[in-house]
Amino acid sequence: MQDKEASQVPVCPRLAPGVRLHFDATRDAWVLLGPERVIETEGPANEILRRCDGRRTVTQIVDELAGLYSADRSVIADDVNDLLAELAAKRMLAA
Amino acid sequence: MNVPLAGAKFPAPLGLLAELTHRCPLACPYCSNPLALENRADELNAATWSRVFREAVALGVLHVHLSGGEPASRRDLLEIAGAAHDVGLYTNLITSSVGLDALRLARLKEVGLDHVQLSLQDIDAASADRIADYAGAHARKLTSARLVVELGLALTINVVIHRANIDHVTALVELAAVLGAGRVEIAHAQYYGWALHNRCALMPTWAQVHQAMLAVEQIRPHYADRLVIDLVVPDYYARRPKACMGGWARRSLNVTPSGRVLPCHAAETIPGLQFWSVREHPLQAIWRDSPAFQAFRGTEWMTEPCRSCALREIDFGGCRCQALAIAGDARAADPACELSPHHPRMLALAEQESSEADIRYSYRGRGQRIETVAVSKELSDFGI
Repeated sequence: MQDKEASQVPVCPRLAPGVRLHFDATRDAWVLLGPERVIETEGPANEILRRCDGRRTVTQIVDELAGLYSADRSVIADDVNDLLAELAAKRMLAA
Repeated sequence: MNVPLAGAKFPAPLGLLAELTHRCPLACPYCSNPLALENRADELNAATWSRVFREAVALGVLHVHLSGGEPASRRDLLEIAGAAHDVGLYTNLITSSVGLDALRLARLKEVGLDHVQLSLQDIDAASADRIADYAGAHARKLTSARLVVELGLALTINVVIHRANIDHVTALVELAAVLGAGRVEIAHAQYYGWALHNRCALMPTWAQVHQAMLAVEQIRPHYADRLVIDLVVPDYYARRPKACMGGWARRSLNVTPSGRVLPCHAAETIPGLQFWSVREHPLQAIWRDSPAFQAFRGTEWMTEPCRSCALREIDFGGCRCQALAIAGDARAADPACELSPHHPRMLALAEQESSEADIRYSYRGRGQRIETVAVSKELSDFGI
């Protein structure tokens, strides 16, 4: 199951058409907006999603996050992969 | 490090349905707009919409749905869509696409449109155009869908289903996938406004509803990697009500073409409710204080069986308009709930009306002409 989810994440992830990050000044929070969807993206999630530009690889994203946060690289890699797999399952990443 | 996706609860509204006009070239018998439409002369101008969008953002709204009628009937649609985008709203156009050509679509993308929700009436042109009472509509929609996808805009295909097209759900989902949609919404007709007038011709049989749900669940895994499929059980055959609008005055607002602000699309069917207009009040005051929004907010207004029900803050008693239409009391439990004393009557009504073999539509604004659709014997025999 884990492998199947991971396999849906492209090498260089980017957000699907109609999906975008937005700073909601009213709630003072970053949100990911899509058709009929609002997902709040707190600090690290937002840092990951900002880097999903279709040019950076997942590995590069993990490297950059490792420079930002003090956690173990393996923990960060798991979090990045989990988040991207969840978004892929919701069809929020471009195929 | 922890990256939660589940968001905090948002107490402020998330969505605004902006009905830009009641004008529409199509005459779909399931139209849920009111029997008496608002006039073109009373429509809000683009500058007022722009102000409403700014106030909506300040209130917490994130999504705006530009709807109608047919929003493309407005010559200033580009200006309105651009104004929505400029204040940061996720801008969705709900359209039949009649009135949108390649150039206008491209310009809508340029001004920041995020998403297009395009309606289809059926899988083939003959049936679809008969339902919409508009020759050539289906072919134009297919062309528009491809244009939308080519432009890189996100596309949802929306199909309102009813007795004449419900047996085609599998093919409708396939068509949405072929057209390149990222999402397909299979929505049962909702019986308000003009649709209530045609309920007898629209109501599917339980056998049809059941078969359609099975069919969608069967094909869902096949499309899991490319298509989100949203399908909801229709109220008349449900056992529990839906949290209509996510609860009255909790998640969204609806602004009519003339600027009246409603807690839901059909709220004007409830007599005695007082609606405020954006021409006279700021949106924030309307959301917080207007009598119509306060009428059924929360749970204080409830009667039994809702008042003591464990699910009262889950479904909020269902739909107020349906309670009025079927139970005769907007404070009653939605008769879609099996705890409502009116539930058996609602189900009996659906079974009786859906057993009619012929489908005769009454079209809005098309005089007395009535279109009859022959239903195959096998279908009508499913009546329970």
